[in-house]
Formats: sequence, structure tokens, C-alpha cells
Amino acid sequence: MTKTLTHEFVKGLWKEVPPLRLVLGLCPTLAVTKTVENGIGMGVATAFVLVCSNILVSALRNIIPHQVRIACFIIIIAAFVTVAELLMQAYTYPLFLSLGIFIPLIVVNCVILGRAEAFAYKNGVMLSLADGLGMGVGFTLSLAALGAVRELLGANNLTIWTTTTSVIGLQEIFGPSFQPFTFMVEAPGAFVSLGLLLCLMNLVGD
Amino acid sequence: MSDFIVLAISCIFTNNILLAQYLGNCPFLGTSKKMETAIGMSMAVIFVTVLAGIITWITETWILKPFGLEYLRTVAFILVIASLVQFVELFLKKSIPGLYAGLGIFLPLITTNCAIMGIALLNISAEYTFMQALVASFAYAVGFGLALILFAGVRERILLARVPKPLEDSSIGLITAGIISLAFFAFKGMV
Repeated sequence: MTKTLTHEFVKGLWKEVPPLRLVLGLCPTLAVTKTVENGIGMGVATAFVLVCSNILVSALRNIIPHQVRIACFIIIIAAFVTVAELLMQAYTYPLFLSLGIFIPLIVVNCVILGRAEAFAYKNGVMLSLADGLGMGVGFTLSLAALGAVRELLGANNLTIWTTTTSVIGLQEIFGPSFQPFTFMVEAPGAFVSLGLLLCLMNLVGD
Repeated sequence: MSDFIVLAISCIFTNNILLAQYLGNCPFLGTSKKMETAIGMSMAVIFVTVLAGIITWITETWILKPFGLEYLRTVAFILVIASLVQFVELFLKKSIPGLYAGLGIFLPLITTNCAIMGIALLNISAEYTFMQALVASFAYAVGFGLALILFAGVRERILLARVPKPLEDSSIGLITAGIISLAFFAFKGMV
């Protein structure tokens, strides 16, 4: 297998898409996908941290001693999570509130530590950038897809973006007489819809 | 006293860390294939969560708050938890080898278990006192263990059943978790 930039980017989009194929990073996947908006917001924040930490880990890979590498990765990741947290608090405050403790919890997202250990520590900066970007986009798309299913069935809406004054998105897609499944926006719906999505991915195959 | 009992019940059942707050799902799916590993993981989580709950509470109240460093909470907590896990591992290996043999392989996994970090953050955001934080950490961890062991029991039975190919492994696991979560949902009205 040749290591090209496009190859590393594309594998994150389908073949190794984190929550659905690698079954990693499930907590944010389940917790924040009540709406499409939260899913995308969480995905973008995670992708930001993933890309930045991949670049820095790969740039410092010859300096970081092998024995304490995990501790170093965690500090690098925690620093970028703090950056993301402060940026979101400043610019996207409603999203910051609705994601709550799941923003600081990006630090323990196993996708990020997993990529630092399995990829960035062994490869060059450009390859790690492509890998992080691919995984980040794949993660965002899966969260958005799961969010779309749950919000559509659970609330009959599709919210793309909420500002302080207006909501961008589609309301009452199935018409006003549709009775939403409250089940879907609660915890059980999250588990069941992710399980069915995994099943769908297995059916479609590589 | 009754306040603490209500808090404990709400943390174990109504706000179950796995099934209602969605924290700690990776070890939930990863270590639930066998009953033994599920029990080992639950014990390790209870042990570390209580210690981490105490230490992060102290870090927040005595160090971060007085110096106005709340924005460093993420970095501080993850460092405290990571070093705590390392320390506990070394301590057990040296002093209580029997317990180490039981919990050993699960300890390194715990650093990236979002339940531990999540519980520490939940204690802070709920503004608990020291005793409340202690009770809540313990109760959340017991809730984690309860859900994990229940789930492992169900999953051992699924291994014997014929499952359609695309649904195998994680997929059927998640759907089962959804059904157990629905059962826990019934506790909503309790507290």
C-alpha cells in the first residue's frame, strides 16, 4: 500500500471512519447527536483538535521519548482542547452551552489519542495532516448523519445552525400531524440508531 | 443523611453514567464480552473514580478557584487523573499484588475512560460539597458497574444465539444497550 496524501485522507471518509468502522469515540457520538447542529459542532471541534494534535505530535515525534509518549500526547491534546473550548465560548456560545461537558471531554476521545499513537507518531507532518483531516471529516459526517436520523424522527426538524435571533433549518418536515418519537432523542434511541447505522455500514461493506 | 441516599440513588439509577449520560461507552462495549472482564473493569472503575473524584474536587476548590485558573480545568484534571492512575498502578503492584493481578490490565485503559473525567466534571458543574462529590463519585461508579455487569450477562447469552451477519458484534451490542437503557429509563420518575 503506497502512502499518498489522498489515500490517507480518503480512508478516514469511508474505510476507517472512526465511530462506524473503528467503533471508537462513541461517547460524543451518542451524547451530542440529538440535533444535526450539535453533531456538526462536535465533529468540527473534534476535527480541529485531531488535526492540530496530529501535526504537533508528528512534528515533535523525534523529540518525544518513547517511554513517556502517552503523557506527552495527552498534554498536547489537552492544550488544543482548551483552545477549542475558549474559542467556542467566545464565538458560538449557544453551541458551547448545549454541548456542555462534552467539549472538555474531547480530551479523552479515544480517536484522537489513537491517531496520535497509531499514525502521527510514526509518520511525517503532511501525511499526519491528511490523516487527521480525513478522520475529522469522517467523524463529522457520521455525527451529522446520526443527528439527522434522530432529529428527524425524534423532533420532526432538521436544525443546521441556531443564532441568537433565528434558526436555520427545516421545521416540521413530515407535516404538523406527525407525532415525533420522543424515544429517538433520548438515550435509548441513541444506542439503537447507532447500532442500526453500524449494521447498515456492514451491509454496504467496503 | 437522607439527602445522600437520594443523591446516591439518582446517580446509580436515574442518571446512570452509561445509559443516561452516555459516558464510558468504549470500555462498555470493549470489556463486556466476558463476565470476568466486566467485573474486573467495574471494580477498577469504582476504585479509581472515587480517588479521582476526591482529588479533582480538591484541585478545583483549593488550587484552580483561588487563583482564578478555571480555564485550565481540562488540562489540570487530565494530568491529575493520568498521574493518579499511574500511581495507583505502581502502588498496587508493590503493596497489594493480589488486587493488582485482578485489576492490573484494566488500569491503563482507565486514563482514557471518559466516565472518570466525566464524573469529575459533573461534580464540579453541579457545585457539590466535598461529601456530596464523594458520594456522587462512588454512586456513579457503582451505576457504571451495575450496567456493565448486567450488559455482560445479556451479551454472554447473545454469543449463543444466531445473529444475522451484518448485526454481529458491536451492532447487536449497541441495540441491546439501547433496550437496557430503555429499562433504566423507567427509573426517571423515581427521584
